[in-house]
Amino acid sequence: MKILRPLIIFAALIAFWQIIVVVTGAPHYILPSPGRVLNALGSRSDVLLSHGWITLSEIILGLILGTILGSISALTMGYFKPARRWLMPVMVVSQAIPVFALAPILVLWLGYGMVSKVAMATLIIYFPVTAAFFDGLRRTEPGHLDLAQTMNASRWATLRHIRVPAALPSFASGLRVATAVAPIGAIVGEWVGSSEGLGFLMLHANGRMQIDVMFAALFVLAIIAVTLYYAVDAGLKRLLFWLPDTQTS
Amino acid sequence: MNSTPENNTFSVSVKADRLAFGDTVLFEHIEFDLPASEWTCLLGPSGVGKTTLLRLFAGLVPDVENVEVKCSDGRELKSRAAYMAQQDLLMPWLSVVDNVMLGERLRSEQPDKARALDLLARVGLTENANNLPAKLSGGMRQRAALARTLMEDRPVVLMDEPFSALDAITRIRLQDMAAELLKDRTVLLVTHDPLEALRLGDRIHVMSGRPVKLDEPLTPPGTAPRDLHDPAVLEGQADLLERLAAADQDKAA
Repeated sequence: MKILRPLIIFAALIAFWQIIVVVTGAPHYILPSPGRVLNALGSRSDVLLSHGWITLSEIILGLILGTILGSISALTMGYFKPARRWLMPVMVVSQAIPVFALAPILVLWLGYGMVSKVAMATLIIYFPVTAAFFDGLRRTEPGHLDLAQTMNASRWATLRHIRVPAALPSFASGLRVATAVAPIGAIVGEWVGSSEGLGFLMLHANGRMQIDVMFAALFVLAIIAVTLYYAVDAGLKRLLFWLPDTQTS
Repeated sequence: MNSTPENNTFSVSVKADRLAFGDTVLFEHIEFDLPASEWTCLLGPSGVGKTTLLRLFAGLVPDVENVEVKCSDGRELKSRAAYMAQQDLLMPWLSVVDNVMLGERLRSEQPDKARALDLLARVGLTENANNLPAKLSGGMRQRAALARTLMEDRPVVLMDEPFSALDAITRIRLQDMAAELLKDRTVLLVTHDPLEALRLGDRIHVMSGRPVKLDEPLTPPGTAPRDLHDPAVLEGQADLLERLAAADQDKAA
């Protein structure tokens, strides 16, 4: 059932889509049928794969960079109290300005290549990772800290052996959210200015009324996003082996 | 390894001229001693300040003034007292044996696994050494915490209601185990259970009032762990319950 359930849901969604196409009689350049999209997936698979690979690379690089930067920020704020006062406003500003508004500037500064898209994805990932990890670092069980103190632990040892492991479940929540939103950064970056990637392909196909290709690109993007999410989730479950819900699964 | 750590023949005292939280004066001109190699028990109504007094010994009350913790040998108590709380405080991500070696890891010392395993054997947890704490029952977890406390091998042990969350039978077994394993150490045991204090304590104080008053200690005869049927235990229990009832009224007033 575990494998069957997603297949049934997927089949039901396709059937629902087909029914809408039949009932509304929408022309294929407005809403292509699943069959047409499948056809586009097959006939344009090389293009879809090469653009998909670009987008996936942008997302993964953004995830890695965003996670590293977010973790460094959270650890700095967790370890040095004064750093909170300096870094917190930066963190809030990074979220207060919509990433959509920053996209043209980043493309202007970093060019049409991959760097501006990776920067977009990094920006969008940075906040959930930093906020969740820092929150976890702040919420260490006071009893554990008391114990560490009576054991003459240094602040660094307490951070390394107690506060960081205790904060990992929070960090994992942040990273899950980040993984789910990461594709937004890359795609928006590609829409604003690029010559490759699924976002570019969608705009390109849209301009030529190749709506089936647009849907096929969307489908590939969804597959990338879902696969990435479950891969990250599986990795996090291994990392958090002691949590009850991961022990039983 | 079964021996008491060296240099344990010192008593410890805390002297608090004044300790207040906001407008509430908890301690005023209070002096409290832990005689060397004895179990001192602290009883009293909830919220009277037992845990705070223990935390003063442990150095866990930040920013206190007018409070002095002194050892009779003139050295600091810091690094010479182990702490055991009501919660087992086991790290859920570490195996039982790694939890026992936590102090060494935190001090960047080489962990002595053989000794940790020996202590786990003494508390009957050999088979669970590599399990995560989540796999253990409440009693087993507290035994692991006891092994971790013993691993610190410190002459003074500060225990804050360590057995209160356990069922009656497990509690009595753990009291016996603690009495045997912590024999001859200087122990401060905060408890709300008069029977526990009478089974384990060499001196039993009842705390009451605001600011806190400490009455003359009760000194039950015989050696710990005292038998449940011991007439002195039963008689002492009635006495302590009376004192606690009076202390509770005092607090309410």
